[in-house]
Amino acid sequence: MDLSYGKEIEDFRGEVKAFLKASWPPSGDAAKGTKEEQLRRFRALAISKGYLGRAIPKRYGGSEQAPDPLRGQVIQEEFARAGAPMEPRGIGMMMLVPTLLERGEEWQKEKFVRATLMGEIAWCQGYSEPGSGSDLASLKTRGELVGDEWVINGQKIWTSSAHEADYMFCLVRTEPNAKKHEGISYLLIDMNQPGIDVRPLREMTGSAMFNEVFFNDVRTPKDWIVGKRGEGWLVSRTTLKHERNSIGSAEQVTGLFDSLVALAKTRRIGGRPALEDPEIRRRLVELEGYIRAHQYSGYFQMTKGLRNENPGVLGLMNKINSTHIGHRAAKLAMELLGEDGAVAPGERNMMAAEILSDSTWINYYMATVGIAIAGGTANIQRNVIAERGLGLPRDAAADRSK
Amino acid sequence: MDFDLSEEQRMLQQSVSQFLDNECPPSRLRDLFNDETGFDPGLWKGLAELGVAGIHLPAEFGGSELEILDLAVVAEVLGRHAAPVPFLSHALASLALQLAGSPDQKKKWLPALASGEKIATVAFSEEGGGWLPEQWGLAAGTTLTGVKERVEAAEHADLFVVGLAGGKLGLVDRGAAGIEIQRVESADRTRRFGRIHFEKAPVELLGAAGPEAATRVCDVGLVLLAADAYGGSDHLVATSVAYAKNRQQFGVTIGSFQALKHQLAEMAIEVEPSRALYWYAAHALDHVPAEASRMASLAKSHLSERYSQVARDATEVHGGIGFTWEGDTQIWFKRAMFDRVMFGTPRQHKDRAAQLAGW
Repeated sequence: MDLSYGKEIEDFRGEVKAFLKASWPPSGDAAKGTKEEQLRRFRALAISKGYLGRAIPKRYGGSEQAPDPLRGQVIQEEFARAGAPMEPRGIGMMMLVPTLLERGEEWQKEKFVRATLMGEIAWCQGYSEPGSGSDLASLKTRGELVGDEWVINGQKIWTSSAHEADYMFCLVRTEPNAKKHEGISYLLIDMNQPGIDVRPLREMTGSAMFNEVFFNDVRTPKDWIVGKRGEGWLVSRTTLKHERNSIGSAEQVTGLFDSLVALAKTRRIGGRPALEDPEIRRRLVELEGYIRAHQYSGYFQMTKGLRNENPGVLGLMNKINSTHIGHRAAKLAMELLGEDGAVAPGERNMMAAEILSDSTWINYYMATVGIAIAGGTANIQRNVIAERGLGLPRDAAADRSK
Repeated sequence: MDFDLSEEQRMLQQSVSQFLDNECPPSRLRDLFNDETGFDPGLWKGLAELGVAGIHLPAEFGGSELEILDLAVVAEVLGRHAAPVPFLSHALASLALQLAGSPDQKKKWLPALASGEKIATVAFSEEGGGWLPEQWGLAAGTTLTGVKERVEAAEHADLFVVGLAGGKLGLVDRGAAGIEIQRVESADRTRRFGRIHFEKAPVELLGAAGPEAATRVCDVGLVLLAADAYGGSDHLVATSVAYAKNRQQFGVTIGSFQALKHQLAEMAIEVEPSRALYWYAAHALDHVPAEASRMASLAKSHLSERYSQVARDATEVHGGIGFTWEGDTQIWFKRAMFDRVMFGTPRQHKDRAAQLAGW
């Protein structure tokens, strides 16, 4: 057992640190122009050094580095420490680019990958529909090929950032007579056209991160399809296992725990700092036990990943572990807020590890419920763990082909 | 970055596991559980022949000179098999001798302890539940008078390492005068307790190290209990899943019902990540001294609580049979009770972890 990254990787860390010291925040010539221009210039430089776009071939604008989860981890750590931007956040880099790299046509990769990596275009994901949540493959939005164009009608929901996106990657039923999973195609759609109506959905926190998207004779060219007709379900399952990072999410949680301890220092119970209250101390330690277990399980999964070995059932538990930890942390924060636990939620930067004000804790108290739902509900996670992890039979009642 | 067991550690686990599969199958385990003393010298001897009694002890005395993590991975296997052997207390008593014994004391005792020929145990807890060095109240000169509680394998031990006031450690030979051992009916019949009354019993101090030796012995105990709890919890998840795949009701296996699947999934979610926590705590005892005591308390409180809960859940999953004396689930349920209390309850260790964090 050796938890160090080794000399080679620590030398690499030194290089990354030196690069960041010289390049971020931008100064001199690099600081000219708008914020966006500065950002683009910095990303281009970081790509040329091999720090960003590592999974992406050079011909599509990436730096094409051999998979190396430790280097990936070090880059993430050092960029975070320096407050430097990495690849654009959002669903485009997370889902669309890996999918195109695995399944896309050459021209699709050329047109979309570089622009997405450089932050020039943004994407949204058209998956869920009002009648198709956990049972996503039952989706009904239909696409008909008319001449050289797909004509799309229907509705998507919970579409994050649709109001800001240039394009959508979308699951559409194009083969109405095929079986449920075999009638879906994966289409790319330009969001700037008249048939698209984006209506914001306000979350319980008050902010509007996601939307309803209505399609009324929306058009997209015939060849803006990834994979063949009817392969959309399979295409949507594509993931890139380049440097899959299992430590990152635990680090986010560790930062959160520090904020919680800080909160316990400032809030008072019975006239004393809450951190001196025996019950609060025990609850903090209990939460930390779960966080540490999650964190070290991340180290284990990283080790397995380095050896191309399967981490087993643990690999299926990361999302629900984060969800559970979030619930526990939120409830403890609420306990600490005491009488102030009924004020309205404030805005929160979802990417920031620290939480600083009371109203952002209230936001977190609500947002953690959202985490249990988004991207596969906790109950669906339990099904996956039970069936794929523990080998239990599928539901007696549910025939998933219907 | 290598956060996984080594090939050698895996083989060590396998050899202990195979031995217990052969020598202590469920039928034998039930017999010993129901036995008056619950002690099988042959089982202990066999494990000792595999090196289990001296994993951590110096090679010059016949030990394997391995790390705490190696001890812990064996504790996991013993926990999974609910092995009725005095591994925990023997490991800790011999560790105390190794850390704080004089050259003569080591030479006298360690070879027989490393080979398992003689059994040692620790007598730490006192009336009122003080397990940790700063809570020990018994004072000793050349003789010892007072009572120690919850001493594992008290009836079978040849040697007692006794916790004394000021975090000191004393050595009492079973053959000496002034020792009276009273059997205590413990819930866990795979690891039984005794109460020891010392009445002017001759005692030698283990004086070659300061109170940090006693603290380390306790911290190692906490991690071994955490490892035992992981092994036992993992066993209970596995047997519960197996039962759900086999048992039929309404014409189908009960494991196809979502209510039960979710319960089993939650059991696994509670247990599975905790293995990495005990690994890290064991690793810290040899490699991250600044975190060692705190991680030991954190791991012990976390894993013993997970074990207690999963034992309740497993009993429920097994239905009526889970609640019977004949069913095996109760054996692990009661081991969870032992792991929870031994060396301090989760509540005490949460308090200790909070204090060690500087909060």
